[in-house]
Amino acid sequence: MEAFSDLFGQIPMTINEGTPISLLVENICKRFGSLEVLRGISLTAYENDVITLLGASGSGKSTLLRCINLLETPDSGKVYVRGELIEMSTNRDGQAVPTNRRQVSRIRARLGMVFQQFNLWSHLTVLQNVIEAPIHVLGLQRREAIERAQELLEKVGLSDKLDYYPSHLSGGQEQRAAIARALAMEPDLILFDEPTSALDPELVGEVLKVIQNLASEGCTMLIVTHELNFARDVSSQTVFLDQGRIEEQGSPDNVLDNPQSERLKRFLSGNYRRTI
Amino acid sequence: MLWQGLELTVAVGLCAMLIAIGLGLLGAWAKLSQPSIIKSIANTYTSLIRGVPELLLILLVYYGAPTLIQDLSSNLGYSFIVDLNPFVAGFLTIGFIYGAFATEVFRGAYLAVPRGQIESAHAIGMNSSTAFRRIILPQMWRFALPGLGNVWMVLIKATALISVIQLDELMRNASIAAGATRQPFTFFLAASVMYLGITIISITIQRKAEVWANRGIRNV
Repeated sequence: MEAFSDLFGQIPMTINEGTPISLLVENICKRFGSLEVLRGISLTAYENDVITLLGASGSGKSTLLRCINLLETPDSGKVYVRGELIEMSTNRDGQAVPTNRRQVSRIRARLGMVFQQFNLWSHLTVLQNVIEAPIHVLGLQRREAIERAQELLEKVGLSDKLDYYPSHLSGGQEQRAAIARALAMEPDLILFDEPTSALDPELVGEVLKVIQNLASEGCTMLIVTHELNFARDVSSQTVFLDQGRIEEQGSPDNVLDNPQSERLKRFLSGNYRRTI
Repeated sequence: MLWQGLELTVAVGLCAMLIAIGLGLLGAWAKLSQPSIIKSIANTYTSLIRGVPELLLILLVYYGAPTLIQDLSSNLGYSFIVDLNPFVAGFLTIGFIYGAFATEVFRGAYLAVPRGQIESAHAIGMNSSTAFRRIILPQMWRFALPGLGNVWMVLIKATALISVIQLDELMRNASIAAGATRQPFTFFLAASVMYLGITIISITIQRKAEVWANRGIRNV
């Protein structure tokens, strides 16, 4: 991957020929009232890709992520997950709605999502959080789900916290448990919505390390983040969003070290100053 | 005799509470749904029922409903006598009335469940019914129990009103005994103590239920 990274930005299609496409997003638009949040975003994630989405607050990063698993309904555009189109139609009021709720649930089960605020279910213990969906969505046997959960919680370093409730964990532990919960579904792709933004600075590292390990295992991921160094280390592709459009995209080295647009230069210099 | 009345009061109360909880969940779901006929019915139900005195509603259901049914059926050419069992009529009416209050309790409880909890349930692939059963309802109890406890307290005392339809519950038996023995103070005081006893036991049970519902969150 390293050797390709210079070429990657310019000719991704040929480099990745033969690699299956995990996610294809075509021309997604979304507005909230009069505010246009996404103005035609297209994105391709091949298997094993780690795509980081950068951008200032309000640039539409999170909305894009939420449009992919339909937590927000895009006004127009198409989302394909492993080649399967999420079917949309128009309701009586002229709004776009998913045609088939079952399809949406089925596709969501294959798309992991990790939230900024963790959103672990507060009435369930860590272990119960991780086995909940495998049992009640995938139909796994309880024993099997527990085995899988124990393995994953060990992987994220929480094997001693199985019976803790989320409120008794630190933010970093909560987020690692949330990652284990997403992994327990064995998703094709995981969406991370600013996974470290709600954490104390000293807890950020432990979560980033877990994500980094997933990247090295070949997990396909789409990560909204403000951690530029992390983005540089982990991603195969970096996308910079501004005002609902893709301003620049390519290999992290290209985008982060050799920005073309004024907007990205300003964004990066602002960030640089902040981290000093 | 008062003991039998007490048993009947508790039985009517529990049956009515079950109905109220069922109607409350249904009503809250309807009121929170997209605008439709169902939502309008639920809105009318809660405004109407909460706006009319219980006593009046009890009399309306007990005396009014059979007459209505008889009139309707005779218009259609049938003729039969509808005689409502006072026990069933009692708990149905009380349950129907307090279902309107429970609707508001559950609606508030649903709105109090953090959005993120519901979102993560949907994001992981749960359909609406699984998400409701496994994630939303268990968390709604935290917010619903204090309100439901309130509904139960008022409900159990409202059962005294169904003495007017000749059901031999605690209030009516106390009243009969008071009249027969000419010792109203003794019997009404005894009945009061019994009602108070029910509420004290209820408070203890409610406390336990709240501790269970708030597991993992806070100590109640």
